[in-house]
Amino acid sequence: MSDLIRRTAAELADALAAGEVTSVELTQAHLDRIAAVDTGDKGVHAFLHVDAEGALVQAQASDERRAAGAASHALDGVPIAVKDVLTTAGLPTTCGSKILEGWIPPYDATVVGRLKAAGLPILGKTNMDEFAMGSSTEHSAYGPTRNPWDLDRIPGGSGGGSAAAVAAFEAPLALGTDTGGSIRQPGAVTGTVGVKPTYGSVSRYGLVALANSLDQVGPVTRTVLDSALLHELIGGHDPLDSTSTTAPVTGLVDAARQGAAGDLAGLKVGVIKELAGDGWQPGVMQRFQESVDLLTKLGADVVEVSTPSFVHAMAAYYLILPAEASSNLAKFDAMRYGLRVTPDGSPSAEDVMKATRDAGFGDEVKRRIILGTYALSSGYYDAYYGQAQKIRTLIIEDFNRAYADVDVLVSPTAPTTAFKLGEKLDDPIAMYLNDLATIPANLAGVPGISVPSGLAPEDGLPVGFQILAPVLEDARLYRVGAALESALVQQWGGPLTPEEVAR
Amino acid sequence: MTDTLIPFDDVLKDFDPALGLEVHVELNTATKMFCGCPTEFGAEPNSQVCPTCLGLPGAMPVVNGKAVESAMRIGLALNCTIAEWCRFARKNYFYPDMPKNFQTSQYDEPIAFEGYLDVDVDGETFRVEIERAHMEEDTGKTTHIGGATGRIHGADHSLVDYNRAGIPLIEIVTKPITGTGAKAPLVAKAYVAALRELILALGVSDARMEQGSMRCDVNLSLAPAGSGVLGTRTETKNVNSLRSVERAVRFEMGRHAGVLLGGGKVLQETRHFHEDTGSTSPGREKSDAEDYRYFPEPDLVPIAPSREWVEQLRTTLPEPPAERRARLQADWGFSDLEMRDAAASGALSLIEETVAAGAPPQAARKWWLSELARRANDLGVDLTDVGVTPAQVAEVQKLVDAGTVNDKLARQVFEGLYAGEGSPAEIVAARGLAVVSDDGALSAAVDAAIAANPDVADKIRDGKVAAAGALIGAVMKEMRGQADAGRVRELILEKLS
Amino acid sequence: MPEITRDEVAHLADLARIDLDDAELDHLAPQLNVILESVASIQGVAGDDVPPTSHPLPLTNVFRDDVVRPCLTPEQALAAAPEVEEQRFSVPRILGDEQ
Repeated sequence: MSDLIRRTAAELADALAAGEVTSVELTQAHLDRIAAVDTGDKGVHAFLHVDAEGALVQAQASDERRAAGAASHALDGVPIAVKDVLTTAGLPTTCGSKILEGWIPPYDATVVGRLKAAGLPILGKTNMDEFAMGSSTEHSAYGPTRNPWDLDRIPGGSGGGSAAAVAAFEAPLALGTDTGGSIRQPGAVTGTVGVKPTYGSVSRYGLVALANSLDQVGPVTRTVLDSALLHELIGGHDPLDSTSTTAPVTGLVDAARQGAAGDLAGLKVGVIKELAGDGWQPGVMQRFQESVDLLTKLGADVVEVSTPSFVHAMAAYYLILPAEASSNLAKFDAMRYGLRVTPDGSPSAEDVMKATRDAGFGDEVKRRIILGTYALSSGYYDAYYGQAQKIRTLIIEDFNRAYADVDVLVSPTAPTTAFKLGEKLDDPIAMYLNDLATIPANLAGVPGISVPSGLAPEDGLPVGFQILAPVLEDARLYRVGAALESALVQQWGGPLTPEEVAR
Repeated sequence: MTDTLIPFDDVLKDFDPALGLEVHVELNTATKMFCGCPTEFGAEPNSQVCPTCLGLPGAMPVVNGKAVESAMRIGLALNCTIAEWCRFARKNYFYPDMPKNFQTSQYDEPIAFEGYLDVDVDGETFRVEIERAHMEEDTGKTTHIGGATGRIHGADHSLVDYNRAGIPLIEIVTKPITGTGAKAPLVAKAYVAALRELILALGVSDARMEQGSMRCDVNLSLAPAGSGVLGTRTETKNVNSLRSVERAVRFEMGRHAGVLLGGGKVLQETRHFHEDTGSTSPGREKSDAEDYRYFPEPDLVPIAPSREWVEQLRTTLPEPPAERRARLQADWGFSDLEMRDAAASGALSLIEETVAAGAPPQAARKWWLSELARRANDLGVDLTDVGVTPAQVAEVQKLVDAGTVNDKLARQVFEGLYAGEGSPAEIVAARGLAVVSDDGALSAAVDAAIAANPDVADKIRDGKVAAAGALIGAVMKEMRGQADAGRVRELILEKLS
Repeated sequence: MPEITRDEVAHLADLARIDLDDAELDHLAPQLNVILESVASIQGVAGDDVPPTSHPLPLTNVFRDDVVRPCLTPEQALAAAPEVEEQRFSVPRILGDEQ
C-alpha cells in the first residue's frame, strides 16, 4: 500500500504545495487502492461508479495550475469521493436505486460545482442505502458496502460507501449527506470523522432530497482538521437553495487547529441524559465515558443535561421523513427519465407508473412511501404529520434550554458498534434504533460531529463520540472534536486504523 | 344520455342560482414561478426548461419576487387583505404533465384573501365577494396522438412539452355569488370581464383567454327559490371566453333544473364545456377520492410581506374600475347607455387604446361595438380576439377622417385586416379602395354623366338642385364607389350653374 | 391506535402509484403496523399551545429577481427520456381528464 493514501488531506495539500507529489500521482494511488480493495466477492464495494479517466484529467489540470502558480484552493488536486445522492454532470447518479439506473444528470449539485471549481479530482460515486433510506447500506439496489474493520459487518448508513471509502484509504475525503445520522453513524462504526453542518449552511441544490427539512450535506474524513477544510470549501450561501443561510461559513479550520492544542478551559459540556442506558452496548458507553473524562482533563466543565422531548424524536422523525419522502419520490414515474417498465397489453401511463415504481423501488423505499402517504392523508394529517411537527418544536426548545447552560452537548453517536450484514435487514424498528442519538440534531437543524473514540473492548470495533452545537456554531464542533481527537491519538500512539483490508 | 334542459325563464320560477368563479391568470413575468426559465409563448418544445421546472432529481425552487409582487397587487386591487405570513404547499397527485407529480401551490394560507369586486349589469351593481387569490405554478402541455379527435379519450399515446410547466399562475376564487336571479349568466360574464379589465390595467398579465393565459372554471348550484341554502354544485372547467362563461352558466342552470325537477340529484362533479354546442358533459369519475395530501413545501421558506411593502404596492395600483369608468365617460362624452354597452362588451380598454392612438371616442366606440362586435359574434370569440388591434382601428378612422375612404370602404379595409393583408394603408392601396378626389378623372366622369342625362342636367340648371342626386349616383357607379360624393356634387353644381 | 388493514395498504399503494402484488401486501401490512405502533406514542404529547415547526430555521422572504437564466437545451432535457417524439416526451395513453 502506497504511503500516499495513508496521509490526511491536510498533509496531501501540504505535499502538493511543496511540490513533493503531483495530483496525478496521488489520484492514481487512490485509484490503484480502489482497484485493489473495492471489487470482488469480498471487496469493500464503497463505490458504485469509479471515474478513473475523469479524475486523472482533473488531476492533470490541477498539476498544470500548480505549475503555473495558480492553485485554486489549498485542497486543489486532493481527490475526493462523492455520495451517489449528489448530482454530477456527465457522471451516473443512481441514489442506490434501480429506478435511476443509468441516469446521467445534465447538471452539477452546487457542492459538486464547488469541488470542481477548487480543483478536487472526483474519484467516483459512493454506495448508499436506496435514496438514503437506511442505516447499513444494505438497502442499496447494487449490493451492500462492507465495513473495512470487518468485511462481514455493515459500514453504517445511509452513507456507508463514503465512510468505508475513507476508512479503507480509497479516498482521503468524501462527501456525505445526513438526514437522521447518515454521515455521523457510518463515521462512528467505521472509525472516521463525519460532520452534519447546521441546516441550511451547505447548499442542498443537487442533493436528491430524502426529507428536505432534515437533509444536509457534510464532510466525511479521517481527521477533524480535514473535515474543517472540506466544510469551509462546500459551505456558504447558495441562491439556488431557498433554505440556504447567508452567514459565511468560516473559522472552522482555525477552530480545529486551536482545539488540537488541547486547551478546553472554560468550555461547558452537557452530557445528554436521555441518550444512554438500556440497549446501549457496554463497550460503547465505556469508551464514551472515557472520552468525557478526557474532556474534563482538558479543562472542560462537564454537567449532565436532560432533554425530555428527545424520547419522542424517533417517532417524529419516522413520520416527517416518510411524509416528505413520499412526495419527493413521486417524480420517479417513468415519464421523463430513469427506468420505464411497460406491462403487457395496452397499458396506460398510470399502469406504467405503477409497474415501474413497483419494480424500481426496493422494500424499504416502498415501506416509507406507503407510511408517508398514510401520514399525510386527510384524516390522519393532524394526528401524525401535524403532531410530529409539534414534537419538533419541543425538541428545539429542549436544545435551546440546554444551550442556555452549556456550550456543546455530547453523547455516543450510535448505540452499538457495527452489526453483522443481514442481521437487521428485515426488522425495520431495530434498524431505525441506530439513529436514536443522531436524529434530534436533524429535527432541530443544529450541527453535529462524530469523532472516533476508540474500539469497544468486547468486539474490537470502532465507537463514535457525538458533539452537538447550537445553530451556526459549527466552529465549536471543530474545537472540541480536535481537542478530543488529539488527546485520544496521543493516548493510542497514533490514529486507529483497520487492519489491512482482507481479500 | 341526453340532458333535459328547462327553459331559462322557467328555471327561475323554482330555483335561485348560486355562482362561484375560479379564474386562473398566467402572469407576464419574464421568468417562471420557481426558476429562471423564460415564459415566452410559442417557443419550440422543451426549449424553456431547466432542472427545476423539469422536476429533475436534486433541483430546487426559488420564488420569483416579481410574481409575489404581482399577486399582492392583484389582491390589493380586489380589496383583499394581504397575508402577514403565508406559505406554499405541495398538492400531491400523479399526472404526466406535472414533472414533480405535485403542484407547488398555496393551500390554506393564500397571499390575499377576503376582498370584493363590484360589477355592473344593466345599470345594477353586484358586489362579488372574493374568497382568496393565491399563487401556484402551471403544468406542461400535452398533445394526444391517435384516436379520432385529438382528444384524450381514445388516444394511443401523448406527447408532453414542459415549456409551460412552472409559469406563475394566480388563482382568484369568489365566494358563492347569490341573489343574481335571472342575471346570473350576465353577472358571471360581467365579473370575468371586469376582472380581466383589472388585470390588464394592472399590467400583470396579457389575460388572453384564447391563448389560455386567463382560464375560468364556473361553479353553479341551484337551490329551491327562497330557501336561502346552497345546492349541490358542479364545476365546469376551462370556460375560455367571456361569451362562454355566460353560456355555460345558462346551460348548467337549465340542466340542473332538469335533473332536480325530474326528481334526481345533481352530482357534485367536474364538467367540460363544449364551445361548439354550448353544452357541458361530465368528466371522468376519479377513482381515488381526491386526497391531495397537502403539506408545507419544505424547500421554500414562508413569505411575510412587510406592511411597508404592501403600502408601497398600494400606491402602484391603477384607479378603481368605478372611478375609471366615470372618468372615461366624462372624457369621452358617452351617454350612460353607450357607456354601459361598452363596458358590458368588454370594450373599455380597447376604446381607450384606440382613442390613445388618435381616434375620436365616438368613432372608436362605433367600430368596436358595431363592425368588430359583429365579427366577434360571427367567430364566437371575444372582442380582444377578433384579430384587429386598437392601433389599426385608429388608423382606419384616420383614413376615414382624411376622406381617403368612406365608412362603406372602411368595412372592406377591416376585411383586409381580418385576412392579414397588411396595414390599413397597404390594404387601401392593394385593394384600390381610395376614394377618387382627383378632379381630372372626376371631371371627366361628371361630364359624361351630364352628357348621358340631358333631362336631369336641365332640371338642375333650372334650379332643381335636388335632382343632382341622380347624377351623383351615375358618377359613383362609374367610379365604382371610390369617389368622394361631396366633391362630385360640387363639380356637378359648378358645371351646371 | 388504528390498525392499517391490508385493504388500506392497497389503497395507499394505489395513491402512491405502486403496483404491490399480494405477497408484498401480506409482507408490508404487518410491518407498517409495527412501525405505526412505535410512532403512536407521540399522539397527545404536544397540545394546541405548541406551534408546529416545518422549517428548522426561521427564514422568510427569500426571493429571486425576475431575470432569465440559461435553460437546458432540448437535447439535454430529452436525453434521459424513455421515449421522444417531435421533441416532446412520449408517454403512454393517459387515463382521466384534461387537467
